[in-house]
Amino acid sequence: MGKDEWRLMEEEMESILYWKALNMALDHAMETDSSVFVLGEDIGLFGGAYRVTEGLFAKYGEWRIRDTPISENSFIGLGVGAAMAGMRPVVEIMTVNFALLAMDALINMASMLPVMSGGQFRLPLVVRMPGGIAHQLGAQHSQRLEAMFMGIPGLTILVPSNPQDAYWQLIQAIRHDSPVLFIEHELLYFTKGHLDWGISPPPMDKARRVMEGESLTLVSYGGMMSRVLEAAKSLADSGIGCDVVDLRSLNPLDLKVLITSVEKTHRLLVVEESPLFSGVGSEIISSMTEACFYFLDAPPKRLGSPNCPVPYNKSLENLMVPSVESIVDAGKRLVLPGE
Amino acid sequence: MTPVQAKEFYRSMLLARLFEERAAREYQDGHIGGFLHLYPGEEAVAVGAIQASDQGDYVVSTYREHVHALVKGISPRRIMAELFGKSEGVSGGLGGSMHIFDRSLRFFGGWAIVGETFPVAIGVGYAIRLRNDADVCLCFFGDGAVNQGTFHESLNMAGLWKLPVLFVCENNRYQIGTEIHRHSAVTDMARRASVYGIGTWKADGMDVESVFGVVRMAIEKIRRGEGPQFVECETYRFRGHSMADPSSYRPQAESAGFLLQDPLKMGIFQGCPGKDCLEIFSERCRSGNSLSEEELLSVRQEIEATIDDAVLYARDAREPGIEDLEKAWGIPLWERTSGD
Repeated sequence: MGKDEWRLMEEEMESILYWKALNMALDHAMETDSSVFVLGEDIGLFGGAYRVTEGLFAKYGEWRIRDTPISENSFIGLGVGAAMAGMRPVVEIMTVNFALLAMDALINMASMLPVMSGGQFRLPLVVRMPGGIAHQLGAQHSQRLEAMFMGIPGLTILVPSNPQDAYWQLIQAIRHDSPVLFIEHELLYFTKGHLDWGISPPPMDKARRVMEGESLTLVSYGGMMSRVLEAAKSLADSGIGCDVVDLRSLNPLDLKVLITSVEKTHRLLVVEESPLFSGVGSEIISSMTEACFYFLDAPPKRLGSPNCPVPYNKSLENLMVPSVESIVDAGKRLVLPGE
Repeated sequence: MTPVQAKEFYRSMLLARLFEERAAREYQDGHIGGFLHLYPGEEAVAVGAIQASDQGDYVVSTYREHVHALVKGISPRRIMAELFGKSEGVSGGLGGSMHIFDRSLRFFGGWAIVGETFPVAIGVGYAIRLRNDADVCLCFFGDGAVNQGTFHESLNMAGLWKLPVLFVCENNRYQIGTEIHRHSAVTDMARRASVYGIGTWKADGMDVESVFGVVRMAIEKIRRGEGPQFVECETYRFRGHSMADPSSYRPQAESAGFLLQDPLKMGIFQGCPGKDCLEIFSERCRSGNSLSEEELLSVRQEIEATIDDAVLYARDAREPGIEDLEKAWGIPLWERTSGD
């Protein structure tokens, strides 16, 4: 890294955009490990749909920053083959919706290879993809597929909610020896946050308690964290202290943090943007019910999206995502059921 | 063809044939489970193509891959043990017949969904190109795979970036039970590949020398940096698609077209006797005096002993335990949490 870039980094240390944090993580990984290369649609000359690979094509050239044809199943399969041959590919899928075209490569190939090969291949492959509901993109560009991927053994699923996690979790994912799905919420790319590169980061698959409270365990991840934090502040104003947990990883799930928290608060609320039925919260609440049923003073509660494709109309689209008010309301009902 | 070369071709093809026929017997005796897709009839393709490549070249194959693995140098013992599901198997008994992998010998599968070998092979080719290595990746597939999206997606990328990949089409004219004229609008496989800027070749898939010669030329072109090449080998599988397939869809007339005596007197071609690569080749060795009758017989005896040994090894090998599975997987089997 050149001197100018270090100066730029110092200036921006206080606050950095989410996409820039990812960009710097990729740059760092490529600079320090020649086996890392990146491929995807429009990531090279164009710089990436969300600017994540901006500037890297000029710096590393077309063989390490590879613009691909629109052939998701084959360019992710290419990542599998290259990883088998000793590389560390980072594949970008333009949006999570297009990952559905690559299910054979992701599931039948990448996730199963360690067992099929008797442990000979671990497969250091990172697949990054933007996802979630954002700005009226319509049904085919608004999916949240993380709960579906949670049903596939062997795919680590990381869901960074802020620039600090985006940077460090991506660095860790690229160094990881097994497949990682890296899901970036589309509304996060142009949000700012603190980034500190002097730290030794927590393991990429550990949850983090981001706010301490005594009355309610409030759990979420990725793009929903900002609403959840806003709701937690509002609940605190009403005298309801929330233990807010940012999951950071959906597979594996860091249940220990949740169990410790629920043993203190005795109440659990999970907020997600996925459809509620068979969603992320379904797994968390069944696991938590098994683990700490007798600590619970109220039935655990989930908030999420209705079981319906996302409509285009703006006000209807808004109804698909739990609002700050709905989170506050659910929190109050859990803690103060009589009121 | 020197006598040494002739012997190696014959040895390799006969090992392939006898290994597969023994596997069929062990399957019928209940020692091998799952699906079992056998290769008799197509030996000239795997033997000719892989022997024409270098030791350091990569091979990516399908679910009908025992023979590719044998020719690549994986021992019959370790392949048979894999079919038996034993931990001494090449994939630890966790892969099975359709998932043979040997990282150290650069044998990269063992892929059981039709069309998966294309993206894996271009990925290996991409890695070779990134590192500026001189290796080539051999990609095997059948005529049925040509209708998968990955064929077109991957050949486009291979042609676009001039990846060092040799595509070897084992055209046995059947996609499981559907004859080629009923599954492809254009049945000339090489023509379908040519639109992606890939050099195309045809070899007689029933003639090991033809396959060897064509593949050697194609690989030389790849190593000279002229980009991916595609070799179509017209061949025939004598058995059904898998052991679960009685092959009733194939007309008698077609079998008769391939009909020749079984040179090995093994009585194996109950459904479809035919023009046989082994028959053609052993006859050529006899008439050209490159191998005597005694030599042919001694090769056969040596191979029969090798296969008996492989079966005994597989029978006596250890059953893998749950701890072997956990070790291969690398993730605790029941813990869904990242707790310490």
